[in-house]
Amino acid sequence: MNAALILAALAVALALASAASSLLAVRRRRALRLLALPLFGLAGLAALAAGLAALLTGEVGTATLPLGLPWLPSRVRLDALAGFFLAVIGVVSLAVGLYGPAYVRGFERARESLAALGGFSGLFLTGMLLVVLADDAFLFMVAWEVMSLSSYFLVAFQHEHAANRRAAFLYLLMAHIGGLAILLGYGVLASFGGGFGFDAMRAASCPPEWASVAFALAFLGFGMKAGLAPLHAWLPEAHPVAPSHISALMSGVMLKVAVYGFVRFVLDLLHQVHWQWGVAVLVIGCLSALLGVLYALMQHDLKRLLAYHSVENIGIIFIGLGLALLFVATGHALLGALALVAALYHTINHALFKGLLFLGAGAILHSTHERDLEQMGGLLRRMPWTGLFFLVGCISISALPPFNGFVSEWLTFQAALQAWQLESGVLRTLVPIASAVLALTGALAAACFVKVYGVAFLGQARSRHVRRARPVPLGMRAAQGLLAALCLVLGVLPTWVIGAINAVPRQLLGAGLPHATAHGWLWLTPVSAQTASYSAPLVVVLLAAMAGLSVWGLRRGAVRRIRRCDAWDCGFAPPSPRMQYTATAFSQPIRRVFALLFHIEESVSPRQNAPARYHLRVTDRAWGLLYTPVARLVESAARRVVRLQSGSLRVYLGWTLATLLVLLWTVS
Amino acid sequence: MTAAPWGAALLQALLYAALAPLLVGWVCKVKALLQNRRGAPVLQPYRDLYKLLVKEARVAHTASPLFRAAPYIVFVATWLAAATVPLVAVDLPTAAIADIIALVGLLALARFFLALAAMDVGTAFGGMGASREMLISALAEPAMLMAVFTLAMTAHSTNLASVIDHQLAGGIVLRPSFLFALGGLVLVAVAETGRIPVDNPATHLELTMIHEAMLLEYSGRHLALMEWAAQIKLLLYGALISNIFFPWGIGRSFAPAGLALGLAAVMLKLLMLGAALAVAETVLAKMRLFRAPAFLNLALLLALLGLLSHVILEVGT
Repeated sequence: MNAALILAALAVALALASAASSLLAVRRRRALRLLALPLFGLAGLAALAAGLAALLTGEVGTATLPLGLPWLPSRVRLDALAGFFLAVIGVVSLAVGLYGPAYVRGFERARESLAALGGFSGLFLTGMLLVVLADDAFLFMVAWEVMSLSSYFLVAFQHEHAANRRAAFLYLLMAHIGGLAILLGYGVLASFGGGFGFDAMRAASCPPEWASVAFALAFLGFGMKAGLAPLHAWLPEAHPVAPSHISALMSGVMLKVAVYGFVRFVLDLLHQVHWQWGVAVLVIGCLSALLGVLYALMQHDLKRLLAYHSVENIGIIFIGLGLALLFVATGHALLGALALVAALYHTINHALFKGLLFLGAGAILHSTHERDLEQMGGLLRRMPWTGLFFLVGCISISALPPFNGFVSEWLTFQAALQAWQLESGVLRTLVPIASAVLALTGALAAACFVKVYGVAFLGQARSRHVRRARPVPLGMRAAQGLLAALCLVLGVLPTWVIGAINAVPRQLLGAGLPHATAHGWLWLTPVSAQTASYSAPLVVVLLAAMAGLSVWGLRRGAVRRIRRCDAWDCGFAPPSPRMQYTATAFSQPIRRVFALLFHIEESVSPRQNAPARYHLRVTDRAWGLLYTPVARLVESAARRVVRLQSGSLRVYLGWTLATLLVLLWTVS
Repeated sequence: MTAAPWGAALLQALLYAALAPLLVGWVCKVKALLQNRRGAPVLQPYRDLYKLLVKEARVAHTASPLFRAAPYIVFVATWLAAATVPLVAVDLPTAAIADIIALVGLLALARFFLALAAMDVGTAFGGMGASREMLISALAEPAMLMAVFTLAMTAHSTNLASVIDHQLAGGIVLRPSFLFALGGLVLVAVAETGRIPVDNPATHLELTMIHEAMLLEYSGRHLALMEWAAQIKLLLYGALISNIFFPWGIGRSFAPAGLALGLAAVMLKLLMLGAALAVAETVLAKMRLFRAPAFLNLALLLALLGLLSHVILEVGT
């Protein structure tokens, strides 16, 4: 048991202590904010330290717990991959611990049970930490279920709204279908490996068709939890209805735990990889990225919009993973490492900026009680710090230099550009098309965040309560500032981050990126210096120098004064807040261009003596194409089964006897 | 690293800023001649910039600090993007700092702030311009990346200097992929720089405007910076097209004679390209906004065909 593992154990203990101390909130509602949430933040800090220690030292720590089944004591293992994901969980949890105390203060006057909020938050974190640490399928599944169930209660926290209950039930259902698929996937591996321990599974020699079955089950299960299209429709229902700091955890971290599970299962346990898997992952990743961003553009509920962007970003991560599988399966371990690093880099980036954006949305909700973009406006002047940090999040998620989102997309493009090394012409064709989808996704994300920021923070307030918004307390601002600063650091110093992440492909694929950091911290050269180079520090320095130069140049001689006046707007009447472009209006051209992908109901109903009413509803096609038919099928099957239930005891006994006979007949 | 490459890079960055208004003036002049007008002098854009720079700036009451910061960000990001495109000499250190993908990223950063600034004052025209600009760019950006990826895959490098070196070393070879990429990139350049048939740079007070609608609230030095950035962007695309596809004449060393020859060559190429643009703007009419996606889909299709014909036909040969 090494130092990193001790720190990880401390993190789990602190998370459990946070859950336990929340019980005090039954009597004293302040206990949540004074005790449980600080403990939560400390647990995050410990997890971050444990993860960094495991990544930087490269040691593998293992331990056997005094828990578990009699013939299968639970074992934990902290290697580079687990360490990376511990760090991802830790950093967002730390920010949530900082942010939470001020945020939950708003609930202290309400009727909701704070003990439930704090208790299930602590259990949620415990579950996520244990999933990453588990070294056997049994502990993994138990922790996975703890994570899913406790997050169900968090989604259902404000259960007096019927819509929230419905979202929570859908979430529970999807989590369990996914969990079942994962369980079956482990079952396949366990039956060939002869045990539920991960080391037994690694040693298993699966025939290719069974390996593909296990892969398909794992992809279904983990992909469902991660919110991949076309099964994503539960995610934008469930994530936004939780309290905002929990939404940040669910979108920023829990989806990453599903990514962890997928990487562990496919690249570690199933050591033999087939290129067909890579194609499947790549295609589904592209679909998720594109559908996620297009549906996000159609939303005007801020938290729902952010949840759809999680679908998009998970899609981008899976594009990277798909490329990694393709390259590994065709024997290009080095390129596989590049694609894997790109995917992992985007994983931590998404955790940071999505956490930041959800915390920002929470700050707006806290101060204005508003989630609808159409009611917002001019918040930058009312909440300058939140506005600044939210802008950083918007730039990062839009993949613009010099922030972190750009670096990971750049790495993904670099991996895709190495497709010429593949032998198969079909794959050489597929990969560039995937990169075109990635480019389109990035550009649409930028359009979406221009909409979000422009409508919410710029312009004039569209409603009275937004006009009276006040800045949020220091703790909430500090948490956002922490994540925003990390977004910048990860964007400007990518070589350090890649130096740390490199331990993961070295462990999984046996190949790191030797050239990535070969030219010093200033130059990022993933393949070689001739192929591509990007120097984020110099970009920042040059931008700053040129900006300084132009400011200084314009300060000389010319008239310095700036006069305030009314808006010009082509000389029409002075604009009123109602004349501003709305979020729906902003996305109208894109709605029209991509109309085939949406299910749009649009109508104008004229009314007498009143302005005509415009009705617009954009629904996810996944509902009509996938969810409703399945639900209908289940319902009709249930209706058939009902006929068996006559209510008469003799008939039931007859059925039991018949079943018994059939079973005996099949067994013998 | 020695001083000469950095000196050349600095010189070239300054050249971009200095020459950008000239290209716009030239295009306007040729257009005027084609329309049987005498037109403004070629140096008129310099005078306009100077006039705006010394004028008092006016800012709406409802504007936030972002409104005043945006012109600087837009100008600087566009300028830095331009500084990475070889203009008169090839082996520039700036091309290694930011490769083609970073170049597209920097232009996107400028566009992001331009659109945000347009929405800042809260006028209907600003939002309209921002919405349309983001639509056009969302469709143009993938086409642009696909076109440059064709070149990058041929040269096995996303570094612009290496791409041009590879082109020069290869001699005159007619590659089908390059023809497709050239077609795609030209269409993208027309859309991204706001020229006819996608947008009309000469329009004000019209419901069809895109780029101008975003600048409506700007005045004085802020407007000057925005206009200058747009001019640099036009020069950037001109230099990109002429130096990647027709790199002959560009300076391969940092000797003064080579640089002078490179400058003369690129000026000649840009004069021809500018004249072609003026002819195209004269004979074409502006499209409706919802025809622009078809135009850009054509660009994407061309660029993708270029990439596919490269990976299918040319890899391994």
